[in-house]
Amino acid sequence: MIDERYSAPYKDKKLVQAIASRLNMFQERPMRFMEVCGTHTMSIFRHGIRSILPSNVELVSGPGCPVCVTSQADIDAMIGLAGQPGVIVATFGDLLRVPGTKGSLASAKARGARVEIVYSPADALKIACANPDHDVVFLGIGFETTVPAVAAALLEARSRSIRNFFVFSSHKTMPRALHALLADPELRIDGLLCPGHVSTIIGAKAYEPLAETKNVPCVIAGFEPADILQGIYMLAKQVYEGRHGVENCYSRAVTWHGNERAIKVMERAFEPCDAVWRGLGKIDSSGLAISPTLSMHDASKHFGMWSQTTVTPDPRGCLCGEVIKGKKRPPECPLFSRACTPTSPVGPCMVSSEGSCAAYFRYSTPCRQEIAEQQIP
Amino acid sequence: MCLAIPVKIVEMRGKQDDFLNPPVAVVEAEGAQREIRLDIVDRWPSPGDYVIVHAGFAIRTLSPEEAEANIELMRQMAQGQRQGDD
Repeated sequence: MIDERYSAPYKDKKLVQAIASRLNMFQERPMRFMEVCGTHTMSIFRHGIRSILPSNVELVSGPGCPVCVTSQADIDAMIGLAGQPGVIVATFGDLLRVPGTKGSLASAKARGARVEIVYSPADALKIACANPDHDVVFLGIGFETTVPAVAAALLEARSRSIRNFFVFSSHKTMPRALHALLADPELRIDGLLCPGHVSTIIGAKAYEPLAETKNVPCVIAGFEPADILQGIYMLAKQVYEGRHGVENCYSRAVTWHGNERAIKVMERAFEPCDAVWRGLGKIDSSGLAISPTLSMHDASKHFGMWSQTTVTPDPRGCLCGEVIKGKKRPPECPLFSRACTPTSPVGPCMVSSEGSCAAYFRYSTPCRQEIAEQQIP
Repeated sequence: MCLAIPVKIVEMRGKQDDFLNPPVAVVEAEGAQREIRLDIVDRWPSPGDYVIVHAGFAIRTLSPEEAEANIELMRQMAQGQRQGDD
């Protein structure tokens, strides 16, 4: 049952209009804000937020889609795991169709590999219990929102001695990547619309060093239309007033210190490591490796698979890397909606439901017309 | 991967901080009941409480007071009633 108290008020048309009209007060200069989180990207499209923004406010998508930032080498390693005899790969559904250098998890499955889609790492653990003759590898992607859940599954596997459960960790942490991104002099960003549920875990305080050292306003927002507009309004107001601080307009879900219980669980199972991000390259201490105390469940050690460190070139012509950095909009990619569509994706940003290419394809008018034309014989 | 909508807990099973018998809450969403793990939730919820769920785990227990404060602040700002907001 969904309580209207927590979502309906934030969809209220009058409230949305009132916030939008207040945003018009800040029209003196162009402003470019990055929505970091893939779920924000989707919500912005679904609710048509761009259409009610003043013309001086531009939104660009950031590196917050977990599938999209997973390096080509890690995708290849995951597909490689799926091909091994006696292995069941358990994965979130949106990794399935991401193209590797050769094939995808979906094509491996079609060739007979056991690839199971799970909704939770706890479900992967259940598969391990039900299949004691197989090694079950959970493909760990995602940020601080997902990592504590994977950590809990790892700790449970150890305490219950479920020896055939493994995690391939390609997990990443958000603040480090934002530091690296903002160090790029070519990227002009006037403010960050910070992710909602990553912040539920890490707390608003995590963005303080970013706001201070990079002089960039950081505002945490929820996912309903009023939430997002309020976030943009507060960013614009900071820019207008020449401030750069951390503000939280998602206080019902995010506190200053975050979810300390989840952070503790995460720290028991993982430790920071360097990681390669698609588009951003290698960023020091921005990944999470399985702690040595849980190495018996570490797929990269058990199967001798590398993770997080290798750089493999992205598919030819694919601009996912530039899209993730907010430097190019999806329609600027030569492959977009031609060689690369949701039914036959070239890059991960077109595969994941949180990817900005998929969002542009689904919601922007020219693409829709194109689909309509394709459907009429 | 984010399920942004809070769901209501209808029943609690298991104990806090027990990894051998992981604590779960039964929630109702879209007419179906699901078990949600509570290993990493910030505050221990009770039946009737709403939680934010991610990948099968509750990550936040919501309180009606915090929800009310959040929307109230938003309404005030939208109307320019908040001090120092102009």
